[in-house]
Amino acid sequence: MNKGVQQWVWGCAAGVVLLAASLANAQAGTVKVGAIFAVTGPASFLGGPEARSAEMVVEKINKAGGINGDTIELIVKDSAGSSEKAVSFAKQLIEEDKVVAIIGPSTSGESMAVKKIAEEGRTLLISCAAAEVIVDPVASYVFKTPQKDSFAAQKIFTEMQRLKLNTIAIAAGNDGFGKAGKEQLEKMAPTFGIKVAASETYDSKATDLSALVAKLKADPAIQAVINWSVVPAQAIIAKNMRQAGWQVPLFQSHGFGNIKYAEAAGAAAEGIIFPCGRLLIVDSLAANDPQKALLVQYKAEYEARYKEDASAFGGYGFDAINMVVAAIKKGGNDRAKVRDAVEGLTKFPGVGGIFSFTPQDHNGLDIDSFAMLTVKDGKFIPYKGQ
Amino acid sequence: MSLDLFFQYLFAGITYGAIYAVVAIGFNIIYNATGIINFAQGEFVMLGGMISISLLQFLPLPLAIAAAVALTMGIGALIEILFIRWLESPSVLRMIIITIGISILLRESALHVWGESIRSLPYFYGNEITTLNFGSVHLSPQVLWVIIACAVMVGGLQIFFKGTPIGREMRACAANRTAALLCGISARNMVTLSFMLSAGIGALAGCVMSPITYTQYDSGTSLAIKGFTVAILGGLGNSMAAVAAGILLGILEAFSVSVVPLAFQDAISITILLIILFVKPHGLFGSSEAARLKDF
Repeated sequence: MNKGVQQWVWGCAAGVVLLAASLANAQAGTVKVGAIFAVTGPASFLGGPEARSAEMVVEKINKAGGINGDTIELIVKDSAGSSEKAVSFAKQLIEEDKVVAIIGPSTSGESMAVKKIAEEGRTLLISCAAAEVIVDPVASYVFKTPQKDSFAAQKIFTEMQRLKLNTIAIAAGNDGFGKAGKEQLEKMAPTFGIKVAASETYDSKATDLSALVAKLKADPAIQAVINWSVVPAQAIIAKNMRQAGWQVPLFQSHGFGNIKYAEAAGAAAEGIIFPCGRLLIVDSLAANDPQKALLVQYKAEYEARYKEDASAFGGYGFDAINMVVAAIKKGGNDRAKVRDAVEGLTKFPGVGGIFSFTPQDHNGLDIDSFAMLTVKDGKFIPYKGQ
Repeated sequence: MSLDLFFQYLFAGITYGAIYAVVAIGFNIIYNATGIINFAQGEFVMLGGMISISLLQFLPLPLAIAAAVALTMGIGALIEILFIRWLESPSVLRMIIITIGISILLRESALHVWGESIRSLPYFYGNEITTLNFGSVHLSPQVLWVIIACAVMVGGLQIFFKGTPIGREMRACAANRTAALLCGISARNMVTLSFMLSAGIGALAGCVMSPITYTQYDSGTSLAIKGFTVAILGGLGNSMAAVAAGILLGILEAFSVSVVPLAFQDAISITILLIILFVKPHGLFGSSEAARLKDF
């Protein structure tokens, strides 16, 4: 291309960008909300649905005239699951974009990296990641929507006690979620009188686990397996266990709450037991369940808009943005007031459960936010015991 | 270790190994024709799986796989024509960077087309819980499909390269590009053909392994690393050696589980890769004489 023409094209492009930027600034009555999600990269199964859910909510509110006449501007940053990117985006959102609050990040590692920045920038952060350390110890500006790991572990162990399974094996992926879960399980097992006979870690990108299964199966004392990960290995371990002719019960973490994994494991998914929020079993909830109306609405809207199954992960983003919206309604475009408003939310129905925040509890959920689910005929159904 | 456990590890190792081997064969074909490593090979595997899964809605399984292989071959040819063909005697480093770029491009496009969720083809025979029992050792029938596909590919390639005129022309280009040109062989067409061939083989591999490993937009990368390790281990350019090296690596990985956690699997294969590169850079089965004549 001719040099002159090339410069001309670049000049025009720069002009358009500047014009767009000045237009955006000229808009009156906008409240900026930041979002940091792993829309691409290895955690995109979390960040994708989270970002889409948040965008859906904001679009709907703006169409209906915004909050008290103000439109919301959602600025979504794709961290691709990298803590470094999440940190620089958080700084950018707080200092340059002057957002009133940030939702996300999607993963625990990123959330821990961003925690301090939100605290120093005195900006509300509602994380969509699972690890308990995000809100324990409590930081005054940091909240999170997913249920705690320890509740999931507690649910599983309670069920094991009931089934009189007392020698188990743990398998976990070598990512943040897997490691945190494995520690939690190992720590809690003795209090339930359960012996962990083997505890194995596999690569989170593993494509076949038959060697691991063979090793576990060789120990005849093992009565059940708990697998703790968020990766396709959840489906792979189920397949490999059944292919090895090993019929002990398989428990999974709340990471299994994505119908794609059950579909991927096919017949091998039958009978897997796992704790999860109620979104996946919305059809079998009682009509008077306090979450039912919200869950039905979220599922229907999400599935109509994006032509894909709603997952618990998208729900984390949906809850986070809804909390911010509720807080803006009360506190307006003011960081401190918005934070106080979120901490003041009680009996706030969300996809993850009924949230009641206190200054000591920035997760706001109790153990009942989890239900035990199982897979039957390729569908998630409430687990009623065997 | 009991005998049962031994065989169970062995079969697990053969499963991994056959998968690595089919990926490694793709590396070898392009290496043979061009002297470069195509780092987008893993993405061909992913594309084959993804396209066949999408086509399965309209076509029966064998046709969907055949169409996916053909389409991926088309994509392979297109990539070569768009990015590689017009380069005047490119350096090895430049070609490597280009293929890495292509792999990122393909991966991100796949993310936009298919999203981030995992997909898989149905099992060719039986379903997720079907197993073949050999005594007390269990094996998924899909593993046999992978092994069969691997054997057919290696056999087919041997016949193609040794027995057909086009195969011989490709080998001539690999051996000496200038001499081949003087004999009236179009080296550029041969390179395009090698991309098509390796794309097709990658795609077929992606289809047969999909029920076992699942297919995700980014599943190509880790497969490519393993395939590359195996190709180096066996000796670049030698498909038979790749199969032997693949199965060797798979078995090593499987047995390592009894000593170290499975998460160290990759560390083991990378360690082996490094040792081979230091000690025997032309591979376990490669000849050092031949390696000295190549620039890479």
